[in-house]
Amino acid sequence: MTGDVNASVEAIFREERGRLLAALVRRFGDLDLAEEVTSEAIEAALVRWPLDGVPASPGAWLMTTARRRAVDRLRRDQTYAARLALLQVEADRAGPPVVDGVLPDERLRLFFTCSHPALPEADRGALTLRYLAGLTTVEVARAYLVPVETMAKRLVRAKKKISGARIPFRVPDVHELPARLPGVLRAIYSIFTEGYAASAGPDLVRHDLAEEALRLARILHRLLPGEREVTGLLALMLLTHARRAARTGPDGGLVLLEDQDRSLWDRAMIDEGEPLVVAALTGGPPGPYGVQAAIAALHDEEPTDWPQIVGLYDVLRSLTPSPVVDLNRAVAVAMRDGPEAGLALLDDLAGEPRLRGLHVFPAARGELLRRLGRPAEAARAFREALELAGSEPERRHLRARLDEVGG
Amino acid sequence: MKYMLLIHGASEKCTTEDWMVYGKALTDAGVYVGGAPLADQSLTTTVQLTDGGETVVTDGPFAETHEVLGGYYLIDVPDLDAATDWAAKCPGARFGGRMVVRPIVDFP
Repeated sequence: MTGDVNASVEAIFREERGRLLAALVRRFGDLDLAEEVTSEAIEAALVRWPLDGVPASPGAWLMTTARRRAVDRLRRDQTYAARLALLQVEADRAGPPVVDGVLPDERLRLFFTCSHPALPEADRGALTLRYLAGLTTVEVARAYLVPVETMAKRLVRAKKKISGARIPFRVPDVHELPARLPGVLRAIYSIFTEGYAASAGPDLVRHDLAEEALRLARILHRLLPGEREVTGLLALMLLTHARRAARTGPDGGLVLLEDQDRSLWDRAMIDEGEPLVVAALTGGPPGPYGVQAAIAALHDEEPTDWPQIVGLYDVLRSLTPSPVVDLNRAVAVAMRDGPEAGLALLDDLAGEPRLRGLHVFPAARGELLRRLGRPAEAARAFREALELAGSEPERRHLRARLDEVGG
Repeated sequence: MKYMLLIHGASEKCTTEDWMVYGKALTDAGVYVGGAPLADQSLTTTVQLTDGGETVVTDGPFAETHEVLGGYYLIDVPDLDAATDWAAKCPGARFGGRMVVRPIVDFP
């Protein structure tokens, strides 16, 4: 019985932590205080709920408990209270106060604070995982493969900037959204890609991180249903993640798209993602996430429509020019027109500084050279890629290719 | 909350009128606390007091043109977003110039 209660308590916390924290930040205007009393309320629940049972409205129970703790804390510390009172005047001016007992969803503010342009870009994903996904500092450190103390220091420094420079907890006005929303989307997508092409380690995909990113994108999509790029990001991640089980073979090596076992694709995820792509590309000019989602959707179809993928890469190139987009386009061109055409495009990219150090460039070259029946050059490219590739499944795949071409 | 807006590398293309319009906008919005343009950087002098109690006065330092601190505004606004909005409106942010925003420490 206690085990059951604990399990449901854990589940509630995962869901409620971010909401609770956001509502308290809204109420008190201070991330530190909100964080402290959120933890205290959860500790109190861990003591009370196994004895009394889970309350009918767990969120409201946590909010009431947390607010009581915050008021106690402010009574003990008058200087702190004075400073917060000052903040509160401004917070109240910004909008209606929180209604007692009801936990309104204030998470959108927190998304924008965690991805504020005045914070270091590298810390925005970590802040979002910590404060919106509700991960502990230890879990966030594990996510980014850094020591716990390093992550704790980064979070403390970021929090200090938020309170010291007074980065506000507010949703940008409509006219500011085009400038601010991409930062929020980038932070979520960085969590996904971090989990996805794990840059090092035994696994190709760290599903836990990719799924946290999906959860965050779903929350953001619920909060901003009309923002097509939010829809596009959610679709992109769903349609990419749908192929996760097919991306590694029985030997643990990476499996390229054309060799993937289609029956391993997650149909439910594809079915959820496809209408979102349509929504993302309807009613205005396409955004980069919407276009990438459309490309992912075409990858999820059988047979793969390479001409259309090349066309979409052309659109993406006009929206967000980058050598990585050019690289992906070259591979799609190779699939459409043959390896020779793709290789010519790749060779145009040689020496591009932003591709230096990425194993995908020599890996793609090696693959095309292999197909063209140029084994010696292919072997050289695969060896170069092996020196740069971090994750074990990718290295395994490259070693197998190298064997094949007789390197 | 008070912020100092430091004007770095302001362009010659900004006219006196640009600066006057901006100053008036700050005053009209009720956020202006203070501010001043700094005279030409060639007039800069540095003073230090050594451990031995000796005052050392030297010429300079002289920064690269785009780094020169040309003046400042002190404003009082609710938060960093409001401060950066005002910084973006300043003529000093245009034509390659940069505005650096620093919060002022408020002693209780």
